[in-house]
Amino acid sequence: MVLVFAEAIKGQFKKAAFEAVTYGYKTAQALGSQCVALTLGTVENAGALGKYGASKVYNVSGDSLANFDSQVYTSVIAQAAEQVGAKVVVLAHTSTGKSILGRLAARLNAGSVAGVKSLPDLSGGSFKVAKGVFSGKATAEYEISSEIKVLSLAGNEIRPEESGSEVSVETLNVNVPAAKVKVLEVKRQEGIVPLPEAEVVVSAGRGMKGPENWGIVEELANVMNATTACSRPVADADWRPHHEHVGQTGVAIRPNLYVAIGISGAIQHLAGVNQSKTIVVINKDPEAPFFKAADYGVVGDLFEVVPKLTEAMKKFKAS
Amino acid sequence: MKILVCVSKTPDTTAKISFTNDSTEFNASGVTFIMNPYDEWYALVRAVELVEKNGGTVTIINVGDASNDQTIRKGLAIGASDAVRINANPKSSLYIAKQIAEFAKAENYDIVFCGKESIDYNGSEVGAMVAEFLDLPFISFASKLDMNGNTASIERDIEGGVEMLEVQTPFVVSAAKGMAEQRIPNMMGIMKAKSKPFKVVEPVDFPDLSTPVKYHLPEEKGSVKLVDPDNMDELVRLLHEEAKVI
Repeated sequence: MVLVFAEAIKGQFKKAAFEAVTYGYKTAQALGSQCVALTLGTVENAGALGKYGASKVYNVSGDSLANFDSQVYTSVIAQAAEQVGAKVVVLAHTSTGKSILGRLAARLNAGSVAGVKSLPDLSGGSFKVAKGVFSGKATAEYEISSEIKVLSLAGNEIRPEESGSEVSVETLNVNVPAAKVKVLEVKRQEGIVPLPEAEVVVSAGRGMKGPENWGIVEELANVMNATTACSRPVADADWRPHHEHVGQTGVAIRPNLYVAIGISGAIQHLAGVNQSKTIVVINKDPEAPFFKAADYGVVGDLFEVVPKLTEAMKKFKAS
Repeated sequence: MKILVCVSKTPDTTAKISFTNDSTEFNASGVTFIMNPYDEWYALVRAVELVEKNGGTVTIINVGDASNDQTIRKGLAIGASDAVRINANPKSSLYIAKQIAEFAKAENYDIVFCGKESIDYNGSEVGAMVAEFLDLPFISFASKLDMNGNTASIERDIEGGVEMLEVQTPFVVSAAKGMAEQRIPNMMGIMKAKSKPFKVVEPVDFPDLSTPVKYHLPEEKGSVKLVDPDNMDELVRLLHEEAKVI
């Protein structure tokens, strides 16, 4: 049995949950097994996970599940894994999934791989999955030898696919321990796709010359429905908030499209973005190292190029 | 206050990565190693700051062979009180966590710090595993941590936002950017580090359940397609028709 923990935020599933269930379903198919999903707390429309391949959806409720405490979530997911006889447990590689993965591995005496980006290779009776290592500079195949395996699925790696229909939701009876972590407040920017989930990212660097010039970047991002990001020097200079910093020591991202404006492309920056499917680089310096990692390049003054690109995008979106 | 900081040794952020032995091993030759930045800049420095303010000790722990000693000494120079190295050549995160937990369980630390991830295997797993082995709360991706008696006030990075929480000691926490500012060890720190206690402990037996068996470098990108800066309609067309990303 493959058990997928389908994470919801404020009762709503994010794309990561549908990706994880799709992955769990495909893994179960390869293993000749079935995929079941687990939801925690109050979740709207949990049965919809059936469309992505869950043959059953279980729910556990309890007061201490309202906020995130890795100890509580781990205990509940581990008990569910035991009840359904899970051999593979799949999580999303989100701040929640990453906080549970290691705990579950220790609890279930399971081999784990964090941030997997391939379906398991089962050839020769082994169980191998690939993940990014050295901050995106390489990929490693991991072999898991334990009976139970715990995986977290990297974001934007597998498209949610509908393969079935809605299923009913069953309540699972497990012991929900009291939380030791007291969550006081959760602040989320509303209306913005967080960087790790964004499919299009527009990012800018020191070439912008100062924070007052960011209007053209925001306008382009707006037209493209993109999330904005920045390079490390820009975040360090407080031109932009730290959560926008992408790169080896910032957020690692893998969008479909990454547009880099006025960023030279230091190796540490590339490490965090080079798994983007398509990279566009706009820079006035034709020798900027970023062009070597780019699919499309524009050599020119960003203060002229970016507004022109925005206009071209507007025309495209209107057509 | 008694604090344990888990540190690992990683290739320098600018290191060029390559593999040997039919791509089954990391090629360490010519690579400069550093203390994992999240462990050093954020976890260790914040631990040292807390002890400077509230009194207590900061112990560094590393699981590795003697080639890690120089990295561990740097941690002592930054301000840790003493260090422990579990003498092993680890291949999996659960093994590392088991070693740390075995050492920590008799010591009753108030806080166990680690970095939010290592920049080599990027698992973000060891802190969570140590917490589970010790049956302690685990707070990941903490970008701010203040102590008031036994209560920690923590800000934790989540997707597109931040979570504010409180937890009582003892707990395990992983440190993200923002928790502290990098410290460069001074001459005095480096001299003092030489005489600080540094213990080497033999590991306990534990199996490797998940190990890397093969590495791949990313495929080289074909050469970049340059677009005329006066023809952004062409770039949009390429992104739509060729790359199919818009």
